[in-house]
Amino acid sequence: MNWTSFIFGKLSWSVFPTSPIAIGGAVFMVVVGLSLVTYITKRGHWKYLWHEWFTSLDPKRIGVMYILVASVMLVRGSADALLMRAQQATSVGASQGILSPEHFQQIFSAHGSIMIFFVAMGLMFGLINLVVPLQIGARDVAFPFLNSVSFWLFVAGAALINVSLIVGDFSTAGWLSYPPLSELAYSPTSGVDYWIWSLQIGGLGSLLSGINFLVTIVKMRAKGMSWMRMPMFTWTVLGAMSLVVFAFPILTVTLTLLALDRTLGMHFFTAGGGGNMMMYINLIWAWGHPEVYILVLPAFGIFSEVVSVFSAKKLAGYTSMVFSSIGIVFFSFVVWLHHFFTMGAGADVNAFFGIMTAVIAVPTGVKMFNWLFTMYRGRIRFESPMLWFVGFVILFTLGGVAGVILAEPAADYQLHNSLFLVAHFHTMILSGVLFGYFAGITYWFPKIFGFTLNEKYGRRAFWCWFVGFILAFGPLYILGFMGATRRLDHYDASLGWQPLFIVAGIGAVIIMFGLIFQVIQIIVSIRERHQHRDLTGDPWNGHTLEWSVPSPAPSYNFAVLPVVHSRDAFWAQKDAGMKSPIEYTDIEMPKNSALGIFLAALVGLAGFGIVWHIWWLVTVGILGAFAVFIVRTMDDETEMIIPASVVHAEEERLQFRGVHSR
Amino acid sequence: MVSPYQAIPVLHPQGPVALAELHVIGITLLLSSIIVVPLFIMLAVFAWKYRIGNTKSAREHHPRWDHMNPLFEFAWWLVPAIIIVMLSVVAWVSSHQLDPYVPLVGTEAPITIQVVALDWKWLFIYPEQGIATVNMVEFPAGAPVHFEITSDAPMNSFWIPALAGQIMAMPGMQTQLNVLASNPGEFRGVSANLSGAGFAGMNFEAKAVSEDDFSAWIASVKASSPTLTRDSYQTLAVTSSNNPITYYSMVDSSLYTSIINSYMTPQDASTSTDGMNMNDMPMGTMTP
Repeated sequence: MNWTSFIFGKLSWSVFPTSPIAIGGAVFMVVVGLSLVTYITKRGHWKYLWHEWFTSLDPKRIGVMYILVASVMLVRGSADALLMRAQQATSVGASQGILSPEHFQQIFSAHGSIMIFFVAMGLMFGLINLVVPLQIGARDVAFPFLNSVSFWLFVAGAALINVSLIVGDFSTAGWLSYPPLSELAYSPTSGVDYWIWSLQIGGLGSLLSGINFLVTIVKMRAKGMSWMRMPMFTWTVLGAMSLVVFAFPILTVTLTLLALDRTLGMHFFTAGGGGNMMMYINLIWAWGHPEVYILVLPAFGIFSEVVSVFSAKKLAGYTSMVFSSIGIVFFSFVVWLHHFFTMGAGADVNAFFGIMTAVIAVPTGVKMFNWLFTMYRGRIRFESPMLWFVGFVILFTLGGVAGVILAEPAADYQLHNSLFLVAHFHTMILSGVLFGYFAGITYWFPKIFGFTLNEKYGRRAFWCWFVGFILAFGPLYILGFMGATRRLDHYDASLGWQPLFIVAGIGAVIIMFGLIFQVIQIIVSIRERHQHRDLTGDPWNGHTLEWSVPSPAPSYNFAVLPVVHSRDAFWAQKDAGMKSPIEYTDIEMPKNSALGIFLAALVGLAGFGIVWHIWWLVTVGILGAFAVFIVRTMDDETEMIIPASVVHAEEERLQFRGVHSR
Repeated sequence: MVSPYQAIPVLHPQGPVALAELHVIGITLLLSSIIVVPLFIMLAVFAWKYRIGNTKSAREHHPRWDHMNPLFEFAWWLVPAIIIVMLSVVAWVSSHQLDPYVPLVGTEAPITIQVVALDWKWLFIYPEQGIATVNMVEFPAGAPVHFEITSDAPMNSFWIPALAGQIMAMPGMQTQLNVLASNPGEFRGVSANLSGAGFAGMNFEAKAVSEDDFSAWIASVKASSPTLTRDSYQTLAVTSSNNPITYYSMVDSSLYTSIINSYMTPQDASTSTDGMNMNDMPMGTMTP
């Protein structure tokens, strides 16, 4: 028995990065982490953070933490994007650019994985946590502790992907790690294992969250809120969470099978030995395509809220909206093969999936018309959430046309794996998902923090993103027609691609300024918070229940649980004027719990252990996590009572003037 | 210096397949614009007319307006649906017409070329002519070229943008692609699917020449170059980047099949990467 390898597994001194840019990345990570820890320690904030945030089971706090972690990961993913743009703008002809092929491939693999799993998913679950309980008139989610576990598993996954910057390397096999490239024979380092286990752990959190919010929406809606009275955002979240519950188990199994191949020498997807790589590609996209709609549906919901409120109109065609969302949920499961028309399936199969893909454009098109008819006869305020919406309509429609072209198998043969494809899905995910979440964050920010965001910097951020986007991705559509494939770390000078790559790089820099403006926006808004206090609880003249409580929303959300009589419940309340006097009662809320953190930390350690084959750590992590789970189930005192008098005092403190004062 | 025709190969197709594929792109774009153009006009008009600063439209404000005539709402489901039905017909017809496995008809005699994706170069085997090349494929213009494609490395994708769309190359399996170049010319061939560190340099030259030039080229390759045996293939298959064009005057006629079958047979100790021994694997090729 070799004790060193027992204790350290495959870890050795050679796992640390050696190239200057990789060392820079690692050092930057360590410095930022250490200075943050030092700052918090010096200011003595640990106790506050631990008691008020880390251990909190309040979905609003968990939502804020989700968004913060996702924002940090957005910075990491954007830095990766800038490096890629720099490489492709310079690595032409005799020049090899700034990165080695392996490093470039690690960077685009990390960029995709991070942006989907730890930025888009994080922002989405953040917003869902912030808004859904408030919007359905509930005080909490169905399973508050599970919610905390989900969040911390998400953090553990994000941490593991960042550890790969310092210890070892990351996958070079792309963001979906197609075998056999991702198999041990072609990717012998631990990079793909980092990819597998960070996604596995983060994905487990997503699955648990999906179950949680599905149950929350089904079981915890306010009295009187029938299905067809649900706000549109809640509807789209319900659709997305149904997709999570059906799609994420496929991801879990697929990653497990790949891990078995790599760790225990099995042959599910290997080249040879009876493995079949086509099975992996089918499975990963059977998850991957619904995943796109998981991300975009809640954004559709946000746009529905925003366009209705900022046009001072009811949402046009609510029923159409509901059924188009349900249609998207259904059809998103029968289109996965369009990601590999070029695999050589027969014409019948390709045509079927091509047609299904085109069909899914119908409900999406219907939504577009509904939004536009919501603007019709409105009084439109073009504040930044509405700007994000208009930007979305323009870009998403154009990207959608590109998508319909790609849905034609015969056209896809010429465009698949090209930069046209890259431009298409970035158009959909940036305008459809990210713009939606930015609009949502601006829109609901006052509900959580009690003051509105600075509008000037919000507009600057929007214009940088919009213009930067066109410059960054417009050239990629053209490059696709020129035969430029994705993931090239180098190309020949005679191809004449360099000018377009340089324009794309300029676009990326402009987008970076958009990000900088968003950071400035937050800082300026915090400084000016007293001027922009939301004293009414309803800064935008909203329609839905979250605007009926004070801003910031108290921990228990509603002092008195609302009763819903119609769609746009709060609008109806405002029209009718508030009638019944408020009678405060005791409120039962979940106690804080640190067990979620411990559980996720142990799972994260087990993940690190598997990556490096440190089996004792894996055993400790899994058994420990199971023990924490048992401890939690033994705890019968998980609730606390907020007495009526405290609720009353809190409502007074929040200076809630309520609807009757307007 | 490249001509503009080579600069944007997808938009300047040099063969009937790529041309038909471009037509599908064009038809789809046109049909989509039937929806997209009115949508953009509506966006511009509504955004301008109903902006809050426009006092003229203020009395039109109708907060409760959420649906008009049900027929109208039905219409905005129907119009996209009709377009999609038309696109579906295009999808069905073009998927069958442009099925990459369907042989083409040309003015010259058809030719079969076997393609093996390696790390990181393309091996072309001419079973009828008995030669092989690396990173260069030549064929007569006007001849239907039938590519049989596999990989002896990670999955790849075989693409000559000016001539036809791509098809994947997978180890242990065979895919097919039928291509025809209308006129003589040189076209860029591409590795379109990430296959590892040398992926960016894994390009090839596709050259369509006259029938006479082709015969002359075959003769010159046969006269001058080394032969490709199973042993020299093992050397060739070792990973290498940015390979030069190489010619082989003679090739083992069973080489291509043996490459595919190597993923089907029990692995012996010398090639096994992990010591596993599979005993009951079927022989033959698996096709997707």
